[in-house]
Amino acid sequence: MCTCELWIETLKGLRMSDQLNWVYTDKVKDHFVNPRNILKDDENFKEDGKGMVGNIKCGDQMMMAIKVDAKNNTITDCRWKTYGCASAIASTSVLSEMVKGMPLDEAYHLSPKDVTKELSGLPEHKIHCSVLGDKALRAAINDYYRRTNQEDKITAETSKIICQCMNVTDHEIEDAVLEGARSYLALQEKTKLGTVCGQCEKEATKLLNEYIKKHFS
Amino acid sequence: MPVKQIYLDHNATTPLHPEVKIAMQKAMDVFGNPSSMHSFGRDARALVEESREKIASFINAEADEIFFVGSGSEANNTILSIFTCEPSQCANPCNMAHEIITSKIEHPCILEASKCLQNRGTPILFLNVDNYGKIDTAQLEKMISSRTGLVSVMMANNEIGTIQDIKKIADISHKKGALFHTDAVQAVGKIPVDVKKLNIDFLSLSGHKIYGPKGVGAVYVKKGVKFCPLIRGGHQEKGRRAGTENTLGIIALGKAIEMRKVEMDKEEKSLLELKSALKKGIEKSIPDIRFNGHPTDCLPGTLNVTFQGVEGEAILLYLDLEGIAVSTGSACSSGSLDPSHVLLACGIPAEGAHGSIRFSLGRDNTKEEIDYTVTKLTEVIKKTRKMSTAYK
Ligand SMILES: Cc1ncc(COP(=O)(O)O)c(C=O)c1O
Ligand code: FES
Repeated sequence: MCTCELWIETLKGLRMSDQLNWVYTDKVKDHFVNPRNILKDDENFKEDGKGMVGNIKCGDQMMMAIKVDAKNNTITDCRWKTYGCASAIASTSVLSEMVKGMPLDEAYHLSPKDVTKELSGLPEHKIHCSVLGDKALRAAINDYYRRTNQEDKITAETSKIICQCMNVTDHEIEDAVLEGARSYLALQEKTKLGTVCGQCEKEATKLLNEYIKKHFS
Repeated sequence: MPVKQIYLDHNATTPLHPEVKIAMQKAMDVFGNPSSMHSFGRDARALVEESREKIASFINAEADEIFFVGSGSEANNTILSIFTCEPSQCANPCNMAHEIITSKIEHPCILEASKCLQNRGTPILFLNVDNYGKIDTAQLEKMISSRTGLVSVMMANNEIGTIQDIKKIADISHKKGALFHTDAVQAVGKIPVDVKKLNIDFLSLSGHKIYGPKGVGAVYVKKGVKFCPLIRGGHQEKGRRAGTENTLGIIALGKAIEMRKVEMDKEEKSLLELKSALKKGIEKSIPDIRFNGHPTDCLPGTLNVTFQGVEGEAILLYLDLEGIAVSTGSACSSGSLDPSHVLLACGIPAEGAHGSIRFSLGRDNTKEEIDYTVTKLTEVIKKTRKMSTAYK
């Protein structure tokens, strides 16, 4: 794609106001400066479930550990660690407060949107930094289900291949949207889907619009 | 607001030199159009030409080899644009290039402009660099051919500070009949630059990296080299750049260069001392780090460091809360997670490139500020590493 087109994409994606205040809201700042519930190396946190997602090569990685009250099926405590930017730190910190006392199945269905709402918003181009927290939480809950022989409760994070030629999944399309793709062209630029036979364009466009609606409307 | 504010981001931009400020205040009242023949115009013209002289003499050029533009980016875009001429469609064809060679570590304004040329059909070849960010000249010798119209390599890199062997690269280019351009935005005013000695055909510079104002730059085009403007219109700047001159900016740029001439040599020594103090301080109090860029062929004030196991933007913002301004190469802040293209080109793995911080020192920094920075940085790295999944 020519940079001119990319630039128009950028203009559409960025609101000027995003760049004005201190990079983030007061709430983000508060959690960034004083992150809650970080796993300390010297504490003996006996977790009932633990999950790790992300990859430091991509710039962020997240670990969540939870304690569960098996009788009530609720999360009683949690700890985390992250390799990531300010948004990643703040969103995991806030998430760690949200889930204490929360029933497992409610926690299981938390979305990045719930987290950003709790943070009073993140700049649009930083939303992708907040998606790892809930993913890590789900991984930790899955781990708990596995440890307690409740595999039936695990809803696999099924991913479906949309572009057969380039092997691109719906999850990758969602990630591309979170990273700022707002058009089919931008999506192609990020994921390379649709660059061989082109068959997948219709389905990819449909998903693109769904994900934009899901995360940004 | 933190009590102290320490600015260590001079490669991003610099504050105005106090003398430049004074010169600008005086020049505020000079409103004539330098193209007008009356006394108002002539007054403005005289100041513009004085500024041109100062810049020319600073880089050992002739005054009429210099013209003014709106930024370093415009300077670079202008030079690349003259190589897209279509001789079949132009009555006055200039430097049509079948092929352009540049490097992987250029500033985005060169990289993006060349990608655009590529999309329009001019092949662009990108040179590799070694671990220190030095151009592979052996690769250039192999890559360059009679098809090459232009070689464009930056003199000093904005992220890691590495300074290239410009003379050698220019000589290789000329041997094959190609012209040579250097983006010297980070170099002019920080290290000695002599266009004749270095055998340069085109050079770009910018005001705001050397204590001048933003939005003004200059281009050097060697006498006799064909040139075609990017911005067309009036006959300003001898037809090389249309648009009524930014007289205030031009006068200020001239003053900034004049001050560099006075201060540069002396400042180099103190910057090197400060940088060495910063480097030693970091080495002493923070484990698992690496310094990027060339150990000696490097801008005196630039230090790029990778902190293992932590992410750059978090470090930047924690330091910002302590009043310390630095920059990160990784572009998470600009809307993507792409790590710095410069560090990747130097062979630094992505996870290292994500955790890199650039300190760029300037004329006002003091030893106390460096010591304070080392103390705060040590705390910040310790804190972020404690919460990191990637540091044991
Ligand atoms: C090496 C280099 N080239 C070009 C530029 C662009 O200059 P300007 O900001 O004046 O457009 C910069 C600064 O951002 C730079 O560091
Ligand atoms: S299925 Fe996507 S390009 Fe072929």
